[in-house]
Amino acid sequence: MLGWLQSLGRIGLDFFERLGRGHLFVMRVLAGVPSVLLHPSLIVAQIYSVGVLSLVIIVVSGLNVGMVLGLQMYNTLVDFGAETTLGPVVALSLVRELGPVVAGLLFAGRAGSALTAEIGLMKATEQLSGMEMMAVDPIKRIVAPRFIAGLFSMPLLAAMFSAVGILGGYFVGVGLLGIDDGAFWSQMQAKVDLHEDVLNGVIKSIVFGVVITWIAVFEGYDAVPTTEGVSRATTNTVVYASLAVLGLDFVLTALMFGS
Amino acid sequence: MTGADKNLVEVRNLTFRFGPRIIFDDIDIDIRRGKVTTIMGPSGTGKTTLLRMIGGQLKPKAGEVRVDGLNVPTMTHDQLYFLRMRMGLMFQSGALFTGISVFDNVAFPLREHTRLSESMIRDLVLMKLQAVGLRGARELMPAELSGGMARRVALARAIALDPMMIMYDEPFTGQDPITVGVIMKLIRMINDTLGLTSIIVSHDVQEVSSISDYIYMLSNGQVVGQGAPEQMWRSDSPWVTQFMKAQPDGPVPYHYPATDLAEDLFA
Repeated sequence: MLGWLQSLGRIGLDFFERLGRGHLFVMRVLAGVPSVLLHPSLIVAQIYSVGVLSLVIIVVSGLNVGMVLGLQMYNTLVDFGAETTLGPVVALSLVRELGPVVAGLLFAGRAGSALTAEIGLMKATEQLSGMEMMAVDPIKRIVAPRFIAGLFSMPLLAAMFSAVGILGGYFVGVGLLGIDDGAFWSQMQAKVDLHEDVLNGVIKSIVFGVVITWIAVFEGYDAVPTTEGVSRATTNTVVYASLAVLGLDFVLTALMFGS
Repeated sequence: MTGADKNLVEVRNLTFRFGPRIIFDDIDIDIRRGKVTTIMGPSGTGKTTLLRMIGGQLKPKAGEVRVDGLNVPTMTHDQLYFLRMRMGLMFQSGALFTGISVFDNVAFPLREHTRLSESMIRDLVLMKLQAVGLRGARELMPAELSGGMARRVALARAIALDPMMIMYDEPFTGQDPITVGVIMKLIRMINDTLGLTSIIVSHDVQEVSSISDYIYMLSNGQVVGQGAPEQMWRSDSPWVTQFMKAQPDGPVPYHYPATDLAEDLFA
């Protein structure tokens, strides 16, 4: 019993110690952001790596999610003779929820894991240590540009996901199932509010971008510098970031649409 | 000449522990300016740890590590980074940046810390690579280099900013005899021609004996021997003799501490 309590206490202490280190780490990263802004080429290179290279999976997934959504919603709406509302149903689902959340989960899997593995391997091969000995701060040179790139890329990828998803819904609803073209777009225009729906979706994607990128760079920087350590850190990134996205989505949804 | 003028690095009453394990127990070490000094000792005695303390990557439990008169453990982040611009460290692995070419690796510290034009940087990089014999390999990526070549590139990068001191972490480990000879020649040549101070951490007795001006031997958290290489070979200290003559048993025991064999077998 005592041993069990000790283990529980140890797990709790380790968790809060790591949480504290994570917060101190992000403070150091934020302190390094101004100096990185003076070297935009570092950020552009990382936006390419984190954002542009994630485009394929985002576009393909968005298109499929939109098409499935269009098909499933049509089958339900047609029973009530409300199939002309397919446009707003697809758009609201994507803009409010599926866009930020699914794009966030994909971003964690594609870009988050890559960030962790890259930084973790740089640590394991003493590249970060070597950089420190050359009087170059790896937090400013390596971590901060990746953090900023993640921050910029995630909302853009979520927007891209939603836009392509709506096109997928349009293709199925209008192209295959014969819903009126004008009704699809005009209903969407009438029902989707810029502030209430689009802006809240954008806020969600920004929050997810911050959290996913923070977890990814911290896990990489804090990884045990061995093969197993980097592997564990990469797995942790995907698991923690996915759980954080899903948990935060509920909190944000409750705050934004709860009333 | 005072001690600080004569010595570039002065370690005083240094104590350091990893958990319960004592790595250094109140040790003193002096690194003379312009000389090649080697820190030797069995694996796990804290040789690399000492380099990391001189570079400010680790802080001691107690004592001072003075580099050019400045106490490294008490320096601020900015002071420490300014000092590091004047020291180079060649890692055992080379620690080259794998995503950029040999040329860009050597150019990295110049681009980060100077405002030199690209043509000037190009000339400097080619001169450094020429010094280590790898000017022709400048377009190669680190993955295309042998272990010895990677260390030579790391050496070129370490001297890119013309530091006052260079530290070598196990520079000969795992290298073929030709590469060992090349690295030995480079260490001595670079030290003498550039007027540097060199610190080598190694357990390759023959190699370091031939290029070092002074040797410290560490074991069990203490300095167990010191002197010029010829003095070390003549030393009657059992620690030094065991290490220099590669004897399998002695003060450093052959067997890892264990219970009595008979007791263990019949348990």
